[in-house]
This record gives sequence, C-alpha cells and structure tokens, in this order.
Amino acid sequence: MTPGELRAESVSVVVNGRALVSEVSLGAAPGEVVALVGPNGAGKSTLLRTFYRAMRPTSGRVLLDGHDIWRMPAKRLARTLAAVLQEAPGSFELTVHDVVAMARTPYKKPFEGDDDSDRRIVLGALTELDVADLAEAPFDRLSGGEKQRVLIARALAQQPGTMILDEPTNHLDLRHQLDALRLVRRLGVTAVVALHDLNLAAAFCARICVMDGGRLVADGPPAEVLTEDLLAEVYRVKAEIRPHPRTGIPQVSVPGD
Amino acid sequence: MTQAVRRAPYPLILVVLAALLLLAATAGVAAGSVGLPFGEVWSILLHRLRLPLGEPTWPAVRETIVMDVRLPRVLLCAVVGAGLSVCGMALQALVRNPLADPMLLGVSSGGTVGAVAVMVLNLSVFGALTLPLAAFAGALLALFLVYGLARAGGRMTTIRLVLAGVATAEVLSAVASFLIVTSNDPHKADSALRWMLGGLAGTTWDLLWIPAAAVLLGTAVLLGVSRPLNLLLAGEEAAAALGLDVHRFRGAMFVLVALMIGAIVAVSGSIGFVGLMLPHMVRLLVGADHRRALPAAALMGAAFLIAADLAARSLIAPEEIPIGILTAVTGGPFFLWLMRRKAAR
Repeated sequence: MTPGELRAESVSVVVNGRALVSEVSLGAAPGEVVALVGPNGAGKSTLLRTFYRAMRPTSGRVLLDGHDIWRMPAKRLARTLAAVLQEAPGSFELTVHDVVAMARTPYKKPFEGDDDSDRRIVLGALTELDVADLAEAPFDRLSGGEKQRVLIARALAQQPGTMILDEPTNHLDLRHQLDALRLVRRLGVTAVVALHDLNLAAAFCARICVMDGGRLVADGPPAEVLTEDLLAEVYRVKAEIRPHPRTGIPQVSVPGD
Repeated sequence: MTQAVRRAPYPLILVVLAALLLLAATAGVAAGSVGLPFGEVWSILLHRLRLPLGEPTWPAVRETIVMDVRLPRVLLCAVVGAGLSVCGMALQALVRNPLADPMLLGVSSGGTVGAVAVMVLNLSVFGALTLPLAAFAGALLALFLVYGLARAGGRMTTIRLVLAGVATAEVLSAVASFLIVTSNDPHKADSALRWMLGGLAGTTWDLLWIPAAAVLLGTAVLLGVSRPLNLLLAGEEAAAALGLDVHRFRGAMFVLVALMIGAIVAVSGSIGFVGLMLPHMVRLLVGADHRRALPAAALMGAAFLIAADLAARSLIAPEEIPIGILTAVTGGPFFLWLMRRKAAR
C-alpha cells in the first residue's frame, strides 16, 4: 500500500458538446489528502470519474506514479487505486460480505478462490468501518449511513495506495463523518475527496481545490483558499469566515437572514 | 438492526439439487406410454455403460425405448433447462436488472427468426450447423438491438429495458410469422410453426451434441468470469473502479449468451420464463454471488425442465402440451409477483 502520486494534466471532458470539465490540472503528492469542493454541477464527480476509469477524458491525461491510467490494464489500476462512489447495488440479494469481498477481484485470476489472506483483509475492513456484525445482512436493507460505510470498507479491502472518494460523508452522522475522514488520513494513502461541507474540508485536508463551471478556480491551503470573496463568487452566498479559536483553521458560517 | 440472511450450507444445497435432478431424470425416462420401474431404468443404463451387473432380464424393446427415445429427450431437457437458467442469470447481471430473461429481452425471438428463416427458405450453407448458427445470429442481433434501444438517450431503466424487449420480441415474432405464412411450401410452414411453440418431442442423439457442447462450454466460461459478473451487480461505475473494462466485458458476454441461446432455441423453440424464475429461486437459496449461484442455477434449471417436460407429456396423455405453454402458465404469474415485490421495495 505505498501511497501513489496522482496528477491530472489539463483534463477536459466534453459530453454532447458541453464541457463538463475544462482544462483541469491538479496533483496530489504521495500521502496527501486533497479536498475537492464546489457547487452542484461544478464538475467534481465528472473529474473524479476520469481518475477511476469510469469516464475517459476527451483530452488531457491522468497519471498515477507517472503512468497514464488509461494506458494500463484496468485490473492493475484497481490494485493501486480504489474509489468510494455514491452509486449502490440494488435488487439483488447481495450481503454486506458479498459487497466487500468484491474488492479482492482485481487480485484474482479466473477460477481462483479466496484464500485466508483475502478473508482476513475483508474481515479487517468490515471491522475497521464498524460493520462486521452486519456481514450477513442484505445490503439493500441497510440505512444510508450503513451502506456508505460498507462501500468505504470495500475500497479499503482493495488495499489501495490512492483513494478517490465522492461525497463519502453523505448520509453519515457527525461521528461517522469524522471517523471516515480520520480513517482516510490515518491510512496514509493519497486521497482526493469531494466534499460539500467546507468546514470538514478545512479541518481534514491540508489542501482544498475549488471547482466552478468545470474549471479549477482555486487550489491551496484552506486559509488561502476559503475567503469571503471566493465563496461570494463561487457559491453566491455571503458567508463569514473566522479562524477557529484553538486550531486557527478557517471556519465558514452563514448567517441566516 | 437489520436481519442476517439465514441459509442452508451450500454443499448441502448442491447435493439436494443434484439428487432432485437425478430423481427427475429417472422419472422422465421411466414415465411414458410404456411405464418402466425406476430400478429397471438404471439397470438398463448401467448395462449400456458396460458395468458387469449380470445378464439383461428385460425385453430388448424396453432398452430401445430407454436408449433411443426417452434418454436423449431427458438429456436435451436437462441441457436446455440448465442453459436457459444460466443464461437468464448472466443476462440479469449484464443488464443489472432482475427482470431480464432470454424471452423477455427478445433474444429467443431473435433466435426464432433466424431458425424459421433457415427452415422456410430451405437454407443449408453450413450443413447441420446452419440452423444453430442462424439462430445465434438472430439472437445476437436482438440482444444488441434491445440493449441499444434501452440505453438510447441516457440511463437504462427497468421500464425502458422491458419495453424495448417486449417491442423487439413482438416485431421479431411478427417477422417469423410472416415468413411462415408467406412460405409456399405448406409442409415446411407446418413444421416451422410447430417448432415455434416450443417442444422437445422427437429428440435424437444427433440433435443433442451441439446444444450440449454450447451449454457446457458456455457455463464453464461463465463460471470463470463469475467474479466480474459479481462486480456488475455493484453498478457500472463501481465495476470500472474495481478493475473491469465494463463495455468490452459486456459485449463479449452478450456474444457468449447469444451463442448459448441460439444453440438452445435451434433445438427447443422458445421456452419462456425459465431464465427468469430459476435464477431468482437460486438467489434466494444460495445468495447472489455467481460463484455459488451459477452451479446451483444449472442443476435447478435442468431438474425443472425435465419435470416440466414430464408434465407436458403426461397431463393429457397421449396428447402433448407444448412445454412453452406450461412454462408460460407458471412463469407469467411469477413475473407479476416479482414486479409487485420490486415496486413495493
């Protein structure tokens, strides 16, 4: 699980003549956790899709440790990079264990069974995310928060050096939000995390990238990026930003009218 | 707290299914206008396998009935049932929809058009392989057509998939009927029509090997890709993130399933709902993991179709009910129940 170096080089995605992502270049150094924020429709999810091979960039390249991820076998990429997505299985009788055990697929040849180390890894991931006692429960009947933790456990069981997380804190209560982000930091993996909550982003990520209208409009430490001017321009809200009294991390608050 | 799924141990389920299959097969060979005791069925079979079990004590005509008439038919039922069940399960994963079925998706109708065209137009370009190949081509065409229609302009939903499948099946059935009605050889038209209703009467050993080979090889390949099939249940994007080249894999699997369905339709006509019902029962028994579900689906499908064929030829004996009618009568209500259950979730 050596943390990888992820770099997007002027990535653009054009669908039906509309540019969803335009010329975005950003990098994450080994072990760095980068937050990706921006309003709905800013192109965050689309950009992330080009990182885990769900959508090919119209132009530009995505490099992991210097290798173009679109020029390597999909299986090889899945052994080094995992994604936590919002899409969830439905209508099939999959158990939580089935869902997490899928993570071992990129390590397997046809007809190859699971061995003890696979079982240990899957159980470890289930335990880490506090869902081990749900292992035999049907995935479809879980609550939103439980599902989200199971999907994070699956990414963990892939044993990646780099993780892409698209709104991983969705549906999670406050404690599990913090647990999930702490876990990502503790793993020491390189991570790009799309987040809606700017305060969480500022608290857990040393770097914040802001997207708006498919473009990268800011990239830097929270204190430099999160300014009242930027929030006014990108989110069209009048917010107040004050440093946290103890940590000095910028905090965003929106006064109700 | 969400309830855990309780299931019987997997090996036990396999043993029970295998026992059911043997029982159904024995009953299938034993029953008919001349009834045979189960013991005699096995004595004849073992004798034919040249096991030293003493001298035959039965009339030679019974051996002919077992070996030349009933056994090939029962084996073909097993092959067709296993194949339809396994293909249904694979299709449900490939289009990620539990309502997929070779007949509902128009695949069987596509195969039918290919086969009817060969029969009515009297084509024989590839000898004995002409009929299965034409059925394969028709099945493949229908599969890509339905898939393309269901996906056109955005996300594939259950409604779009089922509508595209039903519409395609309807059009293709019309084409097959048109071919039959406009044929100027009434004899050929009659045999094509009877074949379309689905039936396994008159099976000989010559008919058996192409579908048997297609189903055995196809099932082996599907077992080999059971992990990637599992990934598709997680959704397209997740499957990509887990290292699957989704589009290439799905394309290859469509070709494989169409090959299997083509070989099956060529010998049995279109038998509906087997590919819909059995995968569901299997998933309830052993779960959705294809490594466990596919072998169980093959066993259960084989046993089911042997039993259905037995019912088809004994319910109003000496007349035979086309087996497709029987499977539709049981499968239609099952489909409606499934739709309601899915809607209720």
